[in-house]
Amino acid sequence: MIISVASGKGGTGKTLVATSLALAIKDKYNVQYLDCDVEEPNGHIFLKPDITHSEAVGVPVPGVDEEKCTYCGKCAEVCAYNAIAVVKEYVLTFPELCHGCGACSYLCPEKAISEVPHDIGVIETGYAGNISFSHGKLSIGAAMAPPVIRKVKELADNEKVVIIDASPGTSCPVVEAIKESDFCLLVTEPTPFGLNDLVLAVETVRQLNMPFGVVLNRVGVGDGKTEEYCRKENIPILMTIPLDTGIAGLYSRGIPLVEGMPHYKNGFIELFDKINEGVNERTVNP
Amino acid sequence: MKELLILSGKGGTGKTSIVGSFAAVAQNKIMADCDVDAADLHLLLNPSVREKNEFLSGQVAVIDEDKCTECGLCQDECRFDAITNYRVDPVSCEGCGFCSHICPVEAITMNECKAGEWFISDSKYGPLVHARLGIAQENSGKLVALVRRQAKELAEKNKLEYIISDGPPGIGCPVISSLSGVSLALIVTEPTLSGMHDMDRVLGVCQHFGVPAVVCINKCDINDENTRAIQDYCREKGVEVAAMIPFDNAVTEAMVKGISVVEYTDNKVASEIKSLWEHIDRKLKG
Repeated sequence: MIISVASGKGGTGKTLVATSLALAIKDKYNVQYLDCDVEEPNGHIFLKPDITHSEAVGVPVPGVDEEKCTYCGKCAEVCAYNAIAVVKEYVLTFPELCHGCGACSYLCPEKAISEVPHDIGVIETGYAGNISFSHGKLSIGAAMAPPVIRKVKELADNEKVVIIDASPGTSCPVVEAIKESDFCLLVTEPTPFGLNDLVLAVETVRQLNMPFGVVLNRVGVGDGKTEEYCRKENIPILMTIPLDTGIAGLYSRGIPLVEGMPHYKNGFIELFDKINEGVNERTVNP
Repeated sequence: MKELLILSGKGGTGKTSIVGSFAAVAQNKIMADCDVDAADLHLLLNPSVREKNEFLSGQVAVIDEDKCTECGLCQDECRFDAITNYRVDPVSCEGCGFCSHICPVEAITMNECKAGEWFISDSKYGPLVHARLGIAQENSGKLVALVRRQAKELAEKNKLEYIISDGPPGIGCPVISSLSGVSLALIVTEPTLSGMHDMDRVLGVCQHFGVPAVVCINKCDINDENTRAIQDYCREKGVEVAAMIPFDNAVTEAMVKGISVVEYTDNKVASEIKSLWEHIDRKLKG
């Protein structure tokens, strides 16, 4: 089973929820934690895994054999991303714009283009206790997160409970991280920014047609409009976490909530049970 | 004309609350919301939309069932696994057009997508350029570039001194698009291990693109030890800590009221933000 944790607004507690959920159920289930917030991965700060394996992620970009090239310009014509240009007798490539679709090399009439990997990030894998852990790290200056996210997700082990930590927002990196999940948890806070971005996140998961529910963090701050919205839209609030400077203090030091305040463990186990119910309901009655 | 961009790496550190307050205290400026997939600045500025435009960008493949012979070449070659059973999944399609070029019976066409909307609005603090990326759409970087271009044109036309841009979280495509060529980046961080980790990465991106940056430590009193660590880190790196803003519930209370914190209160949070703007103003006039 794959559970993804997303949010719309950043800083609402995705990583707090994802790490504590993983730790709360690790004695009962085989858990795999995949940090797909590859721009700013933070799960490792809380789970402190021993990284045993590291692998570069490359996008296949064009490498032009100038001996074979006739400067016909077909490659530039078919590239949708302006990642290759032919100017008189020069071929210029812009690896940072290339999506690695392969059109140029396939369609080159002279077979002058081969594909060479251009590194944009790294995947690190290891264990945090008995939790299998992997995260992707986008390189500084690299723009495209989705290929790194795809590589992290290739490691998903269907025999385990897979917990995916997504990036904030609603655009392609989030969609890449959460699609194909069995359930999506949306973590938000009861503030106008939290609500505005939750509405966008809900539209995203509805478009992907997957069961989802909300975790409301920092309850006590802000107003009641987020709860009102969830009620009106029939969205289950699966867990609430109060506004508490003690929790903020633990978070600031990189201590998982269920370790710093063990009485929260049951709440996360219940959260998992509710997710399980949501997934099963869907399987029985899609 | 000078352009100030507010970034953070990690989401939820207080970018938008600070930009909202800058809007209230700065003169001769235009605001731009570059967080196009979860824009929140309008919730503080309450703008009235003067001009609404469609953002057309990117393409999506469409297969003509009548022409398709189900040869399967497109789905074999698609690098994004966007075609199954001779149908295109528009969410996975990256619009590269490879399939349309190789289809032996020309059954695939590329259609332009409406990928969002952008707006020019008036607020009581001056003009705001903002946008809304379509749900689960790509090309957030292009929409950010468009927002910035419009803001710049308006600023030139109206002889405004500053563009103040609210940036997206992360370090990827929309951040890079927000960052190129700005006069100064203000990195809003918080004294949590996650905030510090992400600040380090976003400072790396600023350095990579040659943009000068200063740091503001928000909620500086939630962990004194981490705050000192940020100060030490910045001193070592030669990055100025331009402000220390204490944690205060007034920030959320102001958000609930839909106004900036400097208008809501005159306590320490407000005075720190005001002096931060004065400092930046002097620095930009430099």
